Amino acid sequence: MLGLGILSGLLIVPLVGAAFILTLRGDDDAVRSNARWAALATTVVTFLLSLVAWARFDAGNPAFQLVETHAWLAETIRFKLGVDGFSMPFVLLTTFLMPFCILASWESIKHRVKEYMVAFLVLETTMIGVFQALDLFLFYLFFEAGLIPMFLIIGIWGGKRRIYASFKFFLYTLLGSVLMLLAMIAMYWTAGTTDIPTLLQHKFAPNLQTWLWLAFFASFAVKMPMWPVHTWLPDAHVEAPTAGSVILAGILLKMGGYGFIRVSLPMFPEASAAFAPLVFALSVIAIVYTSLVALMQEDIKKLIAYSSVAHMGFVTMGLFSMNAQGIQGALFQMISHGLISGALFLCVGVVYDRMHTREIAAYGGLVNRMPLYAVAMLIFTMANVGLPGTSGFVGEFLTLLGAFRANPTVSLIATTGVIWSAAYALWLFSRVIYGPLDKPALQGIKDLDRRELVLLVPLALLVIYYGVQPGPILDSFAASTDNLVRTAQAALSGTKAAALPLN
Amino acid sequence: MNPVLAAPAFGPAAPEILLAIGALVLLMVGAFRRGDAAPLVNAGALVLLAVALLAVLRVPSVKTVTFGGAFITDGFAKVMKVLTLLGSAAGLVLSRDFFRREGIDKFEFPILVLLATVGMLMMISANDLIALYIGLELLSLSSYVIASFHRDNLRSTEAGLKYFVLGALSSGMLLYGASLIYGFTGTISFPAIANVLRGEAGLGVILGLVFVSAGVAFKISAAPFHMWTPDVYEGAPTPVSAFFAAAPKMAAMALAVRVFIGAFPTIIGQWQQIIIFIAIVSMVIGSFAAIGQRNIKRLMAYSSIGNVGYALIGLAAGTPQGIQGVIVYMTTYLAMTLGAFACILAMRRRGVYLENIDDLSGLGRTSPALAFCLAAMMWSLAGIPIFAGFFAKLQVFSAAIQAGLYALAVIGVVTSVVGAYYYLRITKIIYFDEPREAFDPAPLGIKLVLGATSAFVVLFGLPFIAAPVIGIAGAAARSLF
Repeated sequence: MLGLGILSGLLIVPLVGAAFILTLRGDDDAVRSNARWAALATTVVTFLLSLVAWARFDAGNPAFQLVETHAWLAETIRFKLGVDGFSMPFVLLTTFLMPFCILASWESIKHRVKEYMVAFLVLETTMIGVFQALDLFLFYLFFEAGLIPMFLIIGIWGGKRRIYASFKFFLYTLLGSVLMLLAMIAMYWTAGTTDIPTLLQHKFAPNLQTWLWLAFFASFAVKMPMWPVHTWLPDAHVEAPTAGSVILAGILLKMGGYGFIRVSLPMFPEASAAFAPLVFALSVIAIVYTSLVALMQEDIKKLIAYSSVAHMGFVTMGLFSMNAQGIQGALFQMISHGLISGALFLCVGVVYDRMHTREIAAYGGLVNRMPLYAVAMLIFTMANVGLPGTSGFVGEFLTLLGAFRANPTVSLIATTGVIWSAAYALWLFSRVIYGPLDKPALQGIKDLDRRELVLLVPLALLVIYYGVQPGPILDSFAASTDNLVRTAQAALSGTKAAALPLN
Repeated sequence: MNPVLAAPAFGPAAPEILLAIGALVLLMVGAFRRGDAAPLVNAGALVLLAVALLAVLRVPSVKTVTFGGAFITDGFAKVMKVLTLLGSAAGLVLSRDFFRREGIDKFEFPILVLLATVGMLMMISANDLIALYIGLELLSLSSYVIASFHRDNLRSTEAGLKYFVLGALSSGMLLYGASLIYGFTGTISFPAIANVLRGEAGLGVILGLVFVSAGVAFKISAAPFHMWTPDVYEGAPTPVSAFFAAAPKMAAMALAVRVFIGAFPTIIGQWQQIIIFIAIVSMVIGSFAAIGQRNIKRLMAYSSIGNVGYALIGLAAGTPQGIQGVIVYMTTYLAMTLGAFACILAMRRRGVYLENIDDLSGLGRTSPALAFCLAAMMWSLAGIPIFAGFFAKLQVFSAAIQAGLYALAVIGVVTSVVGAYYYLRITKIIYFDEPREAFDPAPLGIKLVLGATSAFVVLFGLPFIAAPVIGIAGAAARSLF
């Protein structure tokens, strides 16, 4: 097919769907309905295509696979795509969550449906592109290009303070990213290429590594988001429409973690080791502090947003413990958090569609009228807390294990985060679901309909399945993680050996 | 001491000669033809520009010097001339409908544009100080007239007057600087100056260099010599502003490159500081001063000041990579600025041209295609991938990093984030705000320019556009060294 492989296919299919939706004409109702179905069909096809890619992918091989390379800007800057054990699961997570986003917007988005679906499909292409890019500039291109559709999604279909939130989201992330761009340029002039597999073999001078690491950190820390640059996230989450929140929490936050594992850790191992205490400190503050902040929230979405920051703290802690358990745990935590927080935002969307408020105080006693909803909410709340038997447990446990090997104190403080998360999550649950059903507005509220069940049941099953059976995800990370840990250790011991004769 | 003057080779200057003769012929046509000559002269001018474009393409890329060393053609000149001619042609295409509606549809306008274009082409090919000054003045004098072309309009005449007074001042400075340089080096030819300086420059030459830099900075509207830009852009008829923002910028930037790289390559340490300073001040003023603007033409003026700052980053690097960045940047800037002005010209409601940013409110719903084109221009100007502006910024920042100008690059990216704020504000008004009454349908000329520039800006990232543009710019840049 024109010399394009399956990975380009994953980028092109959503764009084709978007182009098709743009051409829809006719009366408003027909366009709206056609746009929804076309978007759903496109995302499902993309998901199926990604499954085909998954079937052709050999998880035991740490190298980049399904690689395709096309001419682009110059001989040394090529349009190169490929996946390895780190990126394949994220591609699947993206394509898997997208149909849910379209379904979640089925009824809540009433105006400008066509544009909405186009923005989402373009966003899907850029997200998949980030995880597939094997060229630094290409990575940056997708990393940044995703800002525009997300800016529009928050700004057009968001809540009351949508304009403030969309600008804050855009400018915050942009400021972080432009420094990363300069670092990429510096890497290009040092190594002579932006090809990621080649750069992974390149040894950067330790002095240069420090600067490069900091520049990349500026971008990834904002995207992650890490304390103290997390403040854009609660605003963006609160104002974004439900599906926008799902994508933000499910995929966009994972780009930061993915960036760390793709660039910072393997390419700058010395700098990563040197800065690990800084990352640990920020992670621990994020885990404890944002959990406490979450306790005090009066808005359901804001509470979940702060809990996301805390959970991402576990991810950064695990990544920079630089051992197999920590890294595997962090990656698992990202996938699991993508499912859980996505599902939680869908749960919020369910009641928001009915009551048009996200205030915790407006709810109470929902279990009496919405038993199915209470069950779904319970599963995801427990998974968010990290209850054993849900996928949330596996990631947190492994990251704590990895951090304990690297630095027991960090692990000790971070472990209290599990208690904090139980506190805010259970308190939220009890205030929304239990208690007397005495609000007059809630008397007529309806339980989940069929569409909402279709949305929540698969996610609930997956969250429990991966909680009991984490093997499939961990196995796909394993080979690449071993490879990363080995090369990083080799680089570190190499520096130590070189430093010894000086003493 | 040879009394016999050999006729110079006219071949390399064929495009300029063609344009100059053509412009005079059209002037005669306009003056002696009965009735309304404007449509005919306008069409004739466009044909003439197309012919000149073909002639430029036919001039060989190898370095050729003629007219006793005053005139040079090389790969760099060729590329910049193509850009300039495209800018002039687009300016003419955009002007037709506007001038007719405003009742100032005079045949003199295309002729003045043609004469300005001759001046620009001469600036690009100037190889000594006299040729530089003649080209610059031909451009400037034509520009003063067309700035005040709407002669019954107070703002337009004011713009013309301001432009003239400040322009004359800057020309004086440039001329004074040129005379200092001539006095201290004993020659006006760029290569000869470079030969004389050989790495060290006395105080006189440096003083001359400073004056020349100030004059050039005025012409490219770089801060701190940018004061005229917002007033002139706002006051002049919109197509004239579009023309000012597009074609003369190409020529003036080419001139700056030619002077600094051609005449002073050996004392880069002296002028690099000046260029770095001008670049930083331009970027900062361009991004911060634009935030408060309500008039979109004024906003575009500040935007162009900022963009010149980014292009100067490439010049500050002083390397082939840097000049390549300048060329790529100016190419994309030409497309973005023409596209943006085409959108501004489409802002017409019930026959009245609008200039307020708030008039764009809700454009995303009333005319989605126009809205997307304008938004794409804004995103591109903000340097967001996948649009052309991103690749242009990548080129100049890349050159700066390679040349070790790290602080300049960091300031550049930070101001680009500040600049992104006001570009985003326009997209916010287009897409987030409540719609107003729809604009009148845009005439064909505007649609043509808008379609071409949008396609270029949006699709630039595809390998079959980006790679050739970068490749051509690289070859052109290397021809200077």
